[in-house]
Amino acid sequence: MSVIDQPQLDETQVKDGVDQETVDAVREVGGAYKYGWSTDIEMEYAPKGLGPDIVRLISEKNDEPEWMTDWRLAAYDRWLEKTEPTWAMVEYPKIDFQDQYYYARPKSMEQKPKSLDEVDPKLLATYEKLGIPLKEQMILAGVEGAEDLTDAPRKVAVDAVFDSVSVGTTFQKELKAAGVIFCSISEAIRDYPDLVKKYLGSVVPVTDNYYATLNSAVFSDGSFVYVPPGVRCPMELSTYFRINAENTGQFERTLIIADKGSYVSYLEGCTAPQRDIAQLHAAVVEIIVEEDAEVKYSTVQNWYPGDENGKGGIYNFVTKRADCRGDRAKVMWTQVETGSAVTWKYPSCILRGNDSQGEFYSIAIANNMQQADTGTKMVHLGKRTKSRIVSKGISAGRAQNTYRGLVSMHPKAKESRNYTQCDSLLIGGNCGAHTVPYIEVKNNSSRVEHEATTSKVDDDQLFYCRSRGMDEEEAVALVVNGFCKDVLQALPMEFAMEAQQLVAISLEGSVG
Amino acid sequence: MTQPAVSVNATEERLAGLDMPAGGWSKPARHDALARVRAMGLPQRRDEYWKYTRPDTLVAATAPKAAVFDPRETPVFDGIDRLKIVFQDGVFDAAASDDLRESGVTIERLSEAQADIHWAADLYGRLETRGQTPVARPLAALNTAFASDGVLIRVSGACARPINLQYHHGAEHSDAMLHHVIKLEQGAALTLLENGPAAARFNKVMEVDVADGASFHHVRAQGRDHERRAVTHIFARLGAQSVFKSFTLTANGVLTRNECVIELTGDDAVAHVAGACVGDGDFHHDDTVFVTHDAVGCESRQVFKKVLRNGATGVFQGKILVKKDAQKTDGYQISQSLLLDGDSQFLAKPELEIYADDVACSHGSTSGAIDEDALFYLRSRGVPHGDATNLLTLAFLAEAVDEIENQALRDEILGRLSGWLERHSG
Repeated sequence: MSVIDQPQLDETQVKDGVDQETVDAVREVGGAYKYGWSTDIEMEYAPKGLGPDIVRLISEKNDEPEWMTDWRLAAYDRWLEKTEPTWAMVEYPKIDFQDQYYYARPKSMEQKPKSLDEVDPKLLATYEKLGIPLKEQMILAGVEGAEDLTDAPRKVAVDAVFDSVSVGTTFQKELKAAGVIFCSISEAIRDYPDLVKKYLGSVVPVTDNYYATLNSAVFSDGSFVYVPPGVRCPMELSTYFRINAENTGQFERTLIIADKGSYVSYLEGCTAPQRDIAQLHAAVVEIIVEEDAEVKYSTVQNWYPGDENGKGGIYNFVTKRADCRGDRAKVMWTQVETGSAVTWKYPSCILRGNDSQGEFYSIAIANNMQQADTGTKMVHLGKRTKSRIVSKGISAGRAQNTYRGLVSMHPKAKESRNYTQCDSLLIGGNCGAHTVPYIEVKNNSSRVEHEATTSKVDDDQLFYCRSRGMDEEEAVALVVNGFCKDVLQALPMEFAMEAQQLVAISLEGSVG
Repeated sequence: MTQPAVSVNATEERLAGLDMPAGGWSKPARHDALARVRAMGLPQRRDEYWKYTRPDTLVAATAPKAAVFDPRETPVFDGIDRLKIVFQDGVFDAAASDDLRESGVTIERLSEAQADIHWAADLYGRLETRGQTPVARPLAALNTAFASDGVLIRVSGACARPINLQYHHGAEHSDAMLHHVIKLEQGAALTLLENGPAAARFNKVMEVDVADGASFHHVRAQGRDHERRAVTHIFARLGAQSVFKSFTLTANGVLTRNECVIELTGDDAVAHVAGACVGDGDFHHDDTVFVTHDAVGCESRQVFKKVLRNGATGVFQGKILVKKDAQKTDGYQISQSLLLDGDSQFLAKPELEIYADDVACSHGSTSGAIDEDALFYLRSRGVPHGDATNLLTLAFLAEAVDEIENQALRDEILGRLSGWLERHSG
């Protein structure tokens, strides 16, 4: 039987004696997390806890050269000296960093499968369930020759990361023809050490912050993209992150380099199973944008948010930064943050090149007991640099949603421009919406404008929708989607539709 | 929380140079404040709320030297009929002050009110303590513990004329600490005027309790001494349907930090805080405002305008906190700076923290140079470049000055501002 014909959904085993029917029924109920199941795959773990041995082990498992092992160990030493940041408006029980697995991979991935028969069907079933196109799964599973089967009109190359390891990258051949390197970071360390050495840690230094330093020591895998000068990447690139194993921290590292005059659009999606115990996720994304290059980075973050009482969920501590090194470089961050119990994430732009541009579009939805502290940093260093921030925060249930951002105009960033708009919407009287912008202007030829509003869902709009026959939840979803329109429009097609639905799903159970 | 060793040393060094007044009724509050200062430690650069302003000279054991400046102009508010209370370098000047007896109001001095029982005991240090969460303000607690003097004003009706606190600066190393307590009883009204540079280093706390239906208007012009340093705090609590309006004009001064902490505790209260500041050269001005809405249907407004040139720095840290049950809140905050040259800077942190859903809160912050189009228009109408710049600058500042309700006071402030602009143009 080929993988394609498999009745994928039934393959999934449900833990703790719960039958599939129950799971499905629960899933249909409003407010349920769609991706909350887990796959019972035989995993290989590194021992629990963190120490230099674990760091060495991770490095060894990834077949890394010595310089990489040393780099990690140096990061580990620095991490020991650092203290956990407490300034964000989020509260969570203290994380026991020794009570985590820092490395987990499907056992079947010990040796890369050569043909379909060798692929663990459960792994494929997982990705099918997550909605990743069927044909690509074969490629994800690393089956040689599978790439030729694909004839989808719009192609998206996918790198899928399952717990600690990248399980496969699609369309490698076609990308190679264009000169684009798109592979897992562990492969890149082996195959392109010069590029990795040159750029890794150059945007987010090893000692940048507590979680970035931790990531530098223990990152297990992630994606690597290099777009050579003048190349327009022929398709969207995408990474799909899935935390499956219990008590496992996921620490992925993404490095994107857009060389002179190139263009790439990158999509990132994440989900995790529903578990009672909170799980840690600390990723680092570094983007280097050279002269005249452009990078679009879009995220739909839908980690498991915990249940309505705040039990479980993912602690999402992410450092993302783009460095516009060349003149006229451009970077655009778009994020839809609907998941995670705790989000701590500030995708930033360093506008170093003259005339470079940074944009940040964000929708952050916090429902039930979720806490989100997210925003951006726009650091203007070059002349005539421009940045634009549009942030839409929606709070419902008992959630706390904070926008935290920095706009900094350095003395030399003459004639630069920033526009910031932060709007918050409150649904219900038990949630909170906060805005904490930092504005630092050190020259007078630059203009900085910041606007923020906080209000509730407009009763008149709701009433109008209700009078047209919509139920309250539909009406709220529609009004909220309208509120988010500016950001949704900035998303690539593939994500825009999904994001719209996600907005509605995330708010289920928040009215009435 | 344990304090880092360096902070403990700096705090103890500062405390060693201070004598606590005997105090009478204020004694418990002073000792409590001293304990709090020791627990919090005096501010340091790495404290979040001192991110943009260096507290070193405000914390140092001795006040840095500040030359006495002769402004060569009649003091602000001299043309207004008011009751004048004068402090020279923080010491009450009886000869220069008016008789403190006035109908509808009782005025006493903190250093003279030594009885064991006093109405001010319910407020002295109390509002300041409330204002310490969630952000610590150690310099205010230091003031509560060591303030040498101040006025205690209790208004029971409508005070016939404004009360004017005038601060003179005469000694190059004077270090003054004044603490005022103002209590407005139900339906009472008071206009309080403050002006003058006070001392080489000035630490002031003013606690204002505005009862239901009372109204408090405050207009202040901080002295123009170039080298003076000041940290001032207003802690206000507002009852139902009460009104609190405060405006501050700051021109010059090497370092000014004005903190204003307002708590709206009664329904339908109104609080407006505004400030206009003009700085040229070695000038650092910081407005830190914290408005808490803890009642239904209240309105708050923060309007701050800063004009900066020749390397001057303007800071604005403002927050609107809306508590869970403070529905129907209308909160507004605007902070704007006009940078007249490339060396000046504006650092702002305008915050919203909102826990109630039926609210309309907004804030805005802008920074930039003079609008070239407007300048071009004025010049095309024959207005010389300097005049046109001054005209546009004054128009920019006027939005904050307009927050002063009284026409005469508004005109007085606008006059001072245009005088400053004329002296500093070119």
